[in-house]
Amino acid sequence: MENTITAQDIIRDGELVFKKTACLTDNVLSYCPGCGHGVAHRILMEVIDEMGIQSQTIGVSPVGCSVLAYDFMNIDMQGAAHGRAPAVATGIKRVFPNKFVFTYQGDGDLAAIGTAETIHACNRGENIVIIFINNGIYGMTGGQMAPTTLPNMKSSTTPYGRDVKMMGHPIKMTEIVATLPGTCFVTRQAVHTPAAVNRSKKAIRKAFENQKLNKGLSFIEIVSNCNSGWKMTPVKSNKWMEENMFPYYPLGDIKDL
Amino acid sequence: MRELRLMKGNEAIAEAAIRCGVDAYYGYPITPQSEIMEYLTMEEPHKRTGMVVLQAESEIASIHMVYGAAGCGKMTMTSSSSPGISLMAEAISYMAGAELPCLIINVQRGGPGLGTIQPGQADYFQATKGGGHGDYNLIVLAPSSVQEMADFVGLSFDLAFKYRNPVLMLSDGAIGQMMEKVYLPAQKERLTDEEIEKRYSDWATFGKKANRERNIITSLSLESEVQEKHNFKLQAKYAKISQDEVRFERIACDDAEYLLVGYGTSARICQKVIQLGREKGIKIGLLRPITLWPFPSEEISKLANQVKGILSVEMSAGQMVYDVKLAVEGKVKVMHFGRFGGMIPSPDEVLHALEEKLIHN
Repeated sequence: MENTITAQDIIRDGELVFKKTACLTDNVLSYCPGCGHGVAHRILMEVIDEMGIQSQTIGVSPVGCSVLAYDFMNIDMQGAAHGRAPAVATGIKRVFPNKFVFTYQGDGDLAAIGTAETIHACNRGENIVIIFINNGIYGMTGGQMAPTTLPNMKSSTTPYGRDVKMMGHPIKMTEIVATLPGTCFVTRQAVHTPAAVNRSKKAIRKAFENQKLNKGLSFIEIVSNCNSGWKMTPVKSNKWMEENMFPYYPLGDIKDL
Repeated sequence: MRELRLMKGNEAIAEAAIRCGVDAYYGYPITPQSEIMEYLTMEEPHKRTGMVVLQAESEIASIHMVYGAAGCGKMTMTSSSSPGISLMAEAISYMAGAELPCLIINVQRGGPGLGTIQPGQADYFQATKGGGHGDYNLIVLAPSSVQEMADFVGLSFDLAFKYRNPVLMLSDGAIGQMMEKVYLPAQKERLTDEEIEKRYSDWATFGKKANRERNIITSLSLESEVQEKHNFKLQAKYAKISQDEVRFERIACDDAEYLLVGYGTSARICQKVIQLGREKGIKIGLLRPITLWPFPSEEISKLANQVKGILSVEMSAGQMVYDVKLAVEGKVKVMHFGRFGGMIPSPDEVLHALEEKLIHN
């Protein structure tokens, strides 16, 4: 078709206002439409691109929805077993102290099965960055209760809502790691609005700058949605997140040394 | 001139690791192997060679630290004893799947469960038949002296990097704790980051350079066809290892009428049994597997054509005996004798067992 408009017809010098960073691959994201993972991936890779550290960065992906993060992040990466990313990152950072090392983990990975690895990497003050995506549910396995699932929140293993008398209260890992001397920067952010995205990106930038200065462990929680697991539309899930997740997991810096 | 020292087996491992240019040791204390990390921290190898030594919060963490550093092409090791190795099973399977070279040392104690802190050899199945999930094999070396504790560190890393496969050294509390003279290897320089990057640029993670695709360390493939293909590749590698890397020692086998098969501490006891037997006119020989996987099946099969009976001597309730039976294929009688739960058999009771089970029977 002669009349077909191609990307080259639209993108002309001087008219380009946004370009995907070269630190992301061209692979189609495996995340559900409306999920926050894609935005979190983008701003993380933009920071690595903008700091010019692609050739010095090693990422560690978790088990969970972002198990395939290495398909989308155009950097050297290691896939860790469930919950073990902070230990894997420790192993890497200790033999490559001058390289940049980060983990990217979900709430089940970081706050349930990997609690010990998380706490002790933070306590040792490993000079790494931990990105913690908290959407209050196990997304990949089909929406089971996570350690961060809110009280009375429904999941496939709490079909009548999380009963805190039976299952305990949702764990606030970010507040816990902020108490440890090994962490230098602990913050809770979101990626559901342009302003929130900008604040998250600034936090990620600060975390990597901290690593450059050997300041200790920077821990960034990103409260995000899981519209599939929460059984909501993307728009409704973001509203529900603001009304229910943010009061329990308030946004902002908890520690900044 | 080679340096001669009097050392514990555990200490010999630690000193050999520094001298072989190992990049990192990650570990967690457990009896009877804690001297390895104690020796390393006392020696401060970061001052001698730049070697990293870190005490982790658990065996789970320490082996996953090994995963991370091994994925960077670094010479990385850990050590533990039986219950700790069980905790490491997850990562060992992941490393076999991701084809990561590393050294894992098991200074065995008696089990099951928390068991005992005395020596044992009951982790043979775990070491040679899996331990973790999935179709995989570790290269398993069985030292039987303090000298071999030192020598096998370098050998393990040679094999681990040659095949990109984890190597397990299956020792026991007796060899870990006892002191013997040991000739130590000469000090080697650790590889520089540039040398490592040059050697392993096709798979290890250093940070993606503009002139190559990104390197990914993973054991995951969601498509069955891809995963099967990866398994075929692993199996081809294991077949090559089975063909090329079998190691064993024959002791008094040439005229033997009865054969003992034993490794590690049991093999040392068996040498005394040979002497006691021959004093009584019983021609006993010993086949000592040095690699437990790959197992010296061919050699045992050949010896089965010569001897009247075979006794597998193990500090277990009978594990290696199954591999001996598979090798012998029913040609002669194969029996097992073992003490376990931390007990060590005496030469007399092994000889008595041989007579009872194979000669007078």
